[in-house]
Amino acid sequence: MDWTWFHRFGSPPHLYGLAGRLVPWFAWPAALAIAAGLYGGLVLAPPDYQQGDGFRIIYVHAPSAWLSLMAYTWMAVAAAIGLVWRMKVAHAMAASCAPIGAWFTVAALCTGMLWGKPMWGTYWVWDPRLTAELVLLFLYLGYLGLRSAIEDPQRADRASAVLAVVGVVNVPIVRYSVEWWNSIHQAPSVMKFGKPTISWPMLTPLLIMFVGFTLLFLALVLVRVRGEILRRERQARWVSEVIAA
Amino acid sequence: MSGFLSMGGYASSVWPAVALTFGIIAWNIVAARRSFAAARAEARRRIAAGDPS
Repeated sequence: MDWTWFHRFGSPPHLYGLAGRLVPWFAWPAALAIAAGLYGGLVLAPPDYQQGDGFRIIYVHAPSAWLSLMAYTWMAVAAAIGLVWRMKVAHAMAASCAPIGAWFTVAALCTGMLWGKPMWGTYWVWDPRLTAELVLLFLYLGYLGLRSAIEDPQRADRASAVLAVVGVVNVPIVRYSVEWWNSIHQAPSVMKFGKPTISWPMLTPLLIMFVGFTLLFLALVLVRVRGEILRRERQARWVSEVIAA
Repeated sequence: MSGFLSMGGYASSVWPAVALTFGIIAWNIVAARRSFAAARAEARRRIAAGDPS
C-alpha cells in the first residue's frame, strides 16, 4: 500500500499550508448552514405538539452536544496517532480540539439547563446523560490543565494524549446513556438507526445545523492547528520562510 | 413579530439559549484567530531576534 499521503499529511509545513487554504472552504459554508438552520428552526419549523415553541432550543442544544462529542473523538484519535507514530502534527491537532470541545460542552450543558427548567421543572438533575456530559467537560478541563501544567511541550503532548485516549470511553457513555439507563433526558430522535422519530419540517433545519456545526468545528480546528504547528516547529527553517513571506 | 419574539411563552428559555450558543460561537472564532496570531507573532519575534530555539 502506498503510504506517501500519510507521510505528507504528517509533514508540518504541508499541513500548515493546507489548513490555511481550507479554512474559508469550511468557514463560509458553516456560516451559511448555521444561518439557514437557525431560520428554519426558529421560524419555519412547526411548534411541537407537547412542548410548543420551547422545543426550538433543540436547534442550538443538539448541535452543540454533537460538536462536543465529535471534538472529543477527533482529539482522542489524533492523540492516539500522536502516541503511536510520534507525529507532531497529530498532537497539534489534538491540542487544537480541546478548547473548542470544552466551550461547546458548556453550550450543550447550559442550553440543556435552559430547556430543562420549563420542561422538567428543574435546571439540573443527576441524570446519566447530564452527568456524563458534565464528566466530558471535566475531561476537557483536565486535558487543558494538564497541558498547561507541563512546561516541556513534548512531554505535555504525550501526557495529555494518554488522558485524551483513556477518556474517550466517556463518549459512548454520553451517547448511549439514554438507552442503557432510565434517563429523564429524551431518547435520540435523529442520531440513531432506523427512521428518525421527528417529522421532516422539524428535522431538516436540525440536520442543516448539524452540518453547519461540523463545518464550524473543522474551520476552528484548522485555524488553531496552524498556531499549534508553529509552536512545535519553532526551530524549523520552513517557519522563518513562511513567516517572512 | 411579537408572537415570534414571545416564543409561545418560552421566550425566557429559547432566547437565552440561542444567545448563549451564538456568544460561544463568536468567542470561539475570536479565540482561534487570536491563538494563531499569537503563535505567528511569537515566531516572528524569535526570528527577528535571531533566536532559533
